[in-house]
Amino acid sequence: MLQVIGLTVAYGRTEAVRGIDLSVAQGQVVTLIGANGAGKTTILRTLSGLIRPRAGRIVLDGQDIAGMRPHRIAARGMVQVPEGRQIFASLTVAENLVLGGWTQRGAAETQRRRDSVLGRFPRLRERLTQNAGALSGGEQQMLAIGRALMATPRLLLLDEPSMGLAPLFIEEIFAIIAELKADGVTILLVEQNASAALEVADIAHVLEVGRVTLSGPAARVAADPAVVAAYLGG
Amino acid sequence: MLAQQLANGVLLGATYALFALGFTLMFGVLRVINLVYGFYFTAGAFFSLWLAQAGWPLIAALPAAAVGAGVVAVALDWLLLTRLRRAHADELASLMVTLGAVLALYAAATAWLGPDIRRLPPDLVGGGAVDAIGVRVTFAQLLILAACGALVGLLVLLVRGTTLGLAIRAMAEKPDAAALMGIDTARLAALVSFISGSLAGAGGVLIGLNFNAIHPYMGEQMMLRGFVVVIVGGLGDIFGALLAGLLLGVVEVLTAGYLASGLKEAVGFAILVLVLWTRPAGLFGRADARRA
Ligand SMILES: Nc1ncnc2c1ncn2[C@@H]1O[C@H](COP(=O)(O)OP(=O)(O)OP(=O)(O)O)[C@@H](O)[C@H]1O
Ligand SMILES: [Mg+2]
Repeated sequence: MLQVIGLTVAYGRTEAVRGIDLSVAQGQVVTLIGANGAGKTTILRTLSGLIRPRAGRIVLDGQDIAGMRPHRIAARGMVQVPEGRQIFASLTVAENLVLGGWTQRGAAETQRRRDSVLGRFPRLRERLTQNAGALSGGEQQMLAIGRALMATPRLLLLDEPSMGLAPLFIEEIFAIIAELKADGVTILLVEQNASAALEVADIAHVLEVGRVTLSGPAARVAADPAVVAAYLGG
Repeated sequence: MLAQQLANGVLLGATYALFALGFTLMFGVLRVINLVYGFYFTAGAFFSLWLAQAGWPLIAALPAAAVGAGVVAVALDWLLLTRLRRAHADELASLMVTLGAVLALYAAATAWLGPDIRRLPPDLVGGGAVDAIGVRVTFAQLLILAACGALVGLLVLLVRGTTLGLAIRAMAEKPDAAALMGIDTARLAALVSFISGSLAGAGGVLIGLNFNAIHPYMGEQMMLRGFVVVIVGGLGDIFGALLAGLLLGVVEVLTAGYLASGLKEAVGFAILVLVLWTRPAGLFGRADARRA
């Protein structure tokens, strides 16, 4: 469904991502793990069109979308939950969800999506009329995911959904990811919480200073001694 | 006497508020300090002058001039600010670019149109007036008040009451996140430019009508007041701009009436300095002043 070929992204003169290859097949959960500053967010922002790549191709459903504007990419069903949640804090929870469904046409369909999102996140239903900024960190992450689900994503990009959350919420977030996977949503998951990410993923890539240094089935990556030493606290 | 002064002040202030609203909307949503904004005011005034001279009635000339100014705004903003926005340049960069541009624009407009003060055709608005409780209000003033009220109402309705307004508020808060939702932020930015420019243009028409004086630099004089209103009201705050606009109008008229006419600008700026000293987030200071 998604192929990334030789992707290079630079900020000014410094290359943050150096010719990486990556692919995500329909129904898979692919994870990208790596330390602070490895370039994970840069990759996701580029996939979504927020940054123009210096070189390389991003092929979504057979079409090169590198350099396409973000709203067009979202409309093609590749939807991102950005790092730090980026919910609209000054708007209500309900308004955030409406914005998430921006690409969806038709009030009936939007309503159906909203019911399904609220079914998945009952805590959001209780807080529909509250300002999103008043939610706890975990609730904000649920809202960020729920907002993305409003767009009926075919490919969901998640940037460190567990960042800064209490352990209980982290468990909940990964349970949700497993649920989404069971529902057949294709996911590209960026995480620093490598053990949880490797557990839920089918395929894993390890990113180090802008390069993919190891790729393969998640179980095999999780067993790699270097990965155990560097990311799994072994 | 006082009642009459207050009425005149409110009428003048309504136009200030209208003008400042567009400026504060542009800042609140696009996060640029756009000094070219005053030029849209001049443009609106001249468009209405030309249309009126061509025989258009005011009821048609006012909206047409506003739309014309909006189109000018979209074109100039696109030319001057798109690149800055894309580079996520800070507010100072937009300030400098638009300062240079607006000085050039005023100079070019003056070279082309001449510095003289133009008058609207005398029969544009009936010369009548209404008297009530000892206050005399001309038809022109009533029309100004009605137009300001209608435009402000429409703007508030758009921003607060429609999904388009919701997208505008989302973009004001987090442009990247809004783009990830599938919102075409470039197009929305152009729409905001258009709305702002139209408000400035309508303000130009109405002030031209109020004082019956139109000249190329009128936008610059207005821009100074726009700054006072927008900062006193809190940058990016629509309701703050409304109140501060009315306040400035009243203060100016009272100063001219009871102190000295030459002091009215000084008083406006004295208020500005006082507010910045005591309440940097604006008179109605909410901590986050960026509310579209
Ligand atoms: N806007 C920017 N301008 C310049 N350099 C940047 C910018 N954003 C990121 N970088 C640099 O690019 C590199 C990759 O950053 P990126 O945010 O993609 O890393 P990351 O893997 O997401 O890290 P983290 O786990 O901390 O989120 C870093 O060296 C960072 O300093
Ligand atoms: Mg990151």
